[in-house]
Amino acid sequence: MSDQLPVRGQAADEALLATKERPPADEPRSSAFLRDLIGGSAAISVFAVLLALVVGGVLIAITNEDVQEAAGYFFSRPADTFRAIWDAVSGAYVALFQGSVYNFRRPGFADGIRPLTETLNFATPLIAAGLGVALAFRVGLFNIGGRGQMLIAAACAGWVGFSLELPYGIHLIVAVIAGILGGAIWGGVVGVLKARTGAHEVIVTIMLNFVALYLVSYFLRTPVLQNPSSNNPQSPPISDTAVFPDLLGAGYNLHAGFIFVIAATIFVWYLLERSSTGFQFRAVGANPNAARVAGINVKRVYVYAMLFSGGLVGLAGTAQVLGTITTGFGSGIDAGIGFDAITVALLGRSRPWGVFFAGILFGAFKAGGFSMQAAEGIPIDIVLVVQSLIVLFIAAPPLVRSIFRLPTPGATRTPRASKKAATS
Amino acid sequence: MKLELREITKRFGALVANDHINLVVQPGEIHALLGENGAGKSTLMNVLYGLYQADEGQILLDDVAQKFSGPGDAMASGIGMVHQHFMLIPVFTVAENVMLGHEETSFGGRLDLAAARAMVREISARFGFDVDPDALVEDLPVGVQQRVEIIKALSRDAKVLVFDEPTAVLTPQETDELIVIMRQLKEAGTSIVFITHKLREVREVADRITVIRLGKVVGEAEPTATNAELASLMVGRAVELTVDKAPAAPGPAALTVDGLSVVDPRGQIVVNNVSFEVRAGEILAIAGVQGNGQTELTEALLGLQERVTGRIELDGKPLTGLSVRRVLDAGVGFVPEDRTEDGLVATFTISENLMLDRSIGEPFVKAGTLQLATLAEFAEQKVTEFDVRAQGITTPVGRLSGGNQQKVVLARELSRDLRLFVAAQPTRGLDVGSIEFVHTRIVQTRDAGTPVIVVSTELDEVVALADRIAVMYRGEIVGIVPGNTPRDILGLMMAGEHHPEAQVSA
Repeated sequence: MSDQLPVRGQAADEALLATKERPPADEPRSSAFLRDLIGGSAAISVFAVLLALVVGGVLIAITNEDVQEAAGYFFSRPADTFRAIWDAVSGAYVALFQGSVYNFRRPGFADGIRPLTETLNFATPLIAAGLGVALAFRVGLFNIGGRGQMLIAAACAGWVGFSLELPYGIHLIVAVIAGILGGAIWGGVVGVLKARTGAHEVIVTIMLNFVALYLVSYFLRTPVLQNPSSNNPQSPPISDTAVFPDLLGAGYNLHAGFIFVIAATIFVWYLLERSSTGFQFRAVGANPNAARVAGINVKRVYVYAMLFSGGLVGLAGTAQVLGTITTGFGSGIDAGIGFDAITVALLGRSRPWGVFFAGILFGAFKAGGFSMQAAEGIPIDIVLVVQSLIVLFIAAPPLVRSIFRLPTPGATRTPRASKKAATS
Repeated sequence: MKLELREITKRFGALVANDHINLVVQPGEIHALLGENGAGKSTLMNVLYGLYQADEGQILLDDVAQKFSGPGDAMASGIGMVHQHFMLIPVFTVAENVMLGHEETSFGGRLDLAAARAMVREISARFGFDVDPDALVEDLPVGVQQRVEIIKALSRDAKVLVFDEPTAVLTPQETDELIVIMRQLKEAGTSIVFITHKLREVREVADRITVIRLGKVVGEAEPTATNAELASLMVGRAVELTVDKAPAAPGPAALTVDGLSVVDPRGQIVVNNVSFEVRAGEILAIAGVQGNGQTELTEALLGLQERVTGRIELDGKPLTGLSVRRVLDAGVGFVPEDRTEDGLVATFTISENLMLDRSIGEPFVKAGTLQLATLAEFAEQKVTEFDVRAQGITTPVGRLSGGNQQKVVLARELSRDLRLFVAAQPTRGLDVGSIEFVHTRIVQTRDAGTPVIVVSTELDEVVALADRIAVMYRGEIVGIVPGNTPRDILGLMMAGEHHPEAQVSA
């Protein structure tokens, strides 16, 4: 034992690791990237939103006609340009606020608060689908199949909703269960394919989106889903017994789906943070090799995770048909929520409550976007641009970090810890 | 060429990786840079090679100050590096690898492979390397691949050659050959910087020795210095290098492995018809150079390998074909050789890692719900018992040093009722204090009557721990010999030679 000394200075080594941290060579790059996305701090999310709003403001100013006109004589009266910019940008964001949170121009609280209920209404499916995508993220899976899962769920819940005759309450519950099951099966198929054959979930989920779209479109033209009194590819309206009741009375659109979504958020929190199953989910997501060596059945975890993920996305599809559009649905019922959910999950850093609030923020963008367009004539595309910028900034944490001079994760090791190790 | 590093300082944030380091390498000198892992040797060499920029200090070649903004500059100035992990492209031929980065082209941009071949032949002949320029690198043994790296550096007229831990991947015999090559290069006037933490090689080949600890030069030594002197310079205190253990009191055979073969996903036979027994209360060490089937053998025991034939029995019950879960439930404790990749979830806390392989059922799970209070109590107890130095049980293990990470793995595995304990490379990359700790725990486990398998590529560890030694070479067990077998015989066996004593004592 005298020739070789495989030794290492603890302190130096510890700190060296901090500067040279890199993923192991044989780890697929995508999963390291995914971990980076999930691991980002809350600050990154907040700053990404701020940054996106700033850039959005620039775009609003540039596209505004008054600003363009004032800029034409900028050098003779520059103040005009700045005033025009201020009017355009502040007007736009005030309209966004009034359309999504509280409208001061309306008389009385009951009317003024209506935009907030609209926001929550828009947020309902976004949160549910966001939770599904986030759950998959935590297991290391990219669920891009939200669209397909929502469509299948909507078809299942909708079919139960308009074709069965059941008493109040029970009908709703059965329809919700049917929707969640539909989404879960559509997601679970992906998990099974990945576990059994190693097929990549991104490709499978994307392809299943098309399968679901054309399958549902087909059934919307057959008596299975089509409204018999119409030639359009649209379903009959949902029976009253299966519709989510309004939470705040008939004057508001907010429906009981929002309660289900709160329950889903609590459920996902419990599942991930407190349950044995969730522990295995997280272990597989963070290091599938170590999970396998520790006796966790990684393949089974993939199947379960996709079942849960699909089920949650299915709840979003269910909320669409039983809550938002109850007059009969077409093949566009998913309204792009399956894809927005990816953004919501990223912004919420795949934490259940993070997703919940990210969903509300995006709901606010949706609700406020319309009023921005109506009040200020700002194209709704600007809102979409802001949303896209948020994704961009979240996907590029180093960019946000360098702009706001945030510390790099991993380099935040306290000098105290190294000193302690050095003296020990 | 004379190389001089003057007052080199390199900081990473608050950490000073190199603190005013001075180093002079005379022409035709082999200068050993000795230090623990993480002492700052590699940082210093990366500064020299232009990969890092020094915050302070100068690099001088023949007394002329140099400015390297990248490896290209360093190479152009005559500095060559033989990396620990070879920078070769496996599917290219030797000649293609040698020309890579400074390709000569003939008319129309065609690669001038003939020139590269001639270069390889010329350098091979000069130093007596037996290297075929048209062989694919992936087909060559590790020792020969290293020579390709040397040829690559020499083909660029390197006057100063840096060897970064060159012997880590070599058999003892290949190491001896490398030492001969280094002497030849020295005769030819090349200056050599030899980075290592292996004392034997240093004393054998070095003209001068510089010892680095925690980023500082802590002393210079002559090759005549004793191991103990060098070791205490390196770690800053006297080191206990032996393992205190009583003679084994082996009981009946507990683990029987019979005719075990493993086929890897590429269809190669990586473990070939291996048979051995481990008795209760003894340590069987599996020695061998990295990559001779030890990894696959331990994985097969755990149920991690897909294509396994043969018989594995623990206490008379078959383990073959069981899932990892069932193998663990049968009482097998396992320390994987790559703890960050296979042993721990870096983002998980210490307590979460302590329950990683007990995520189902009591005591940490009741009715599908984690018992966080029970877990916290258990974690506190284990952190104290295994002396894991961390701020608390909620610290992510990714933030711990290697030694403390390994203690977490050990704490987890040794706190179950074990019928068999398998430790693969249990002390790789650990500091001396942690090595002592790990070795002591392994011996304690043996003394408690558990059969223990230790896989190690460090001959010293094998000799220190083993009651019996099985040597693996190319997927086969060359022989099983007593724990007190001389090193040179073990070295020969690691190179594939069957030893007459082996069969007798097997």
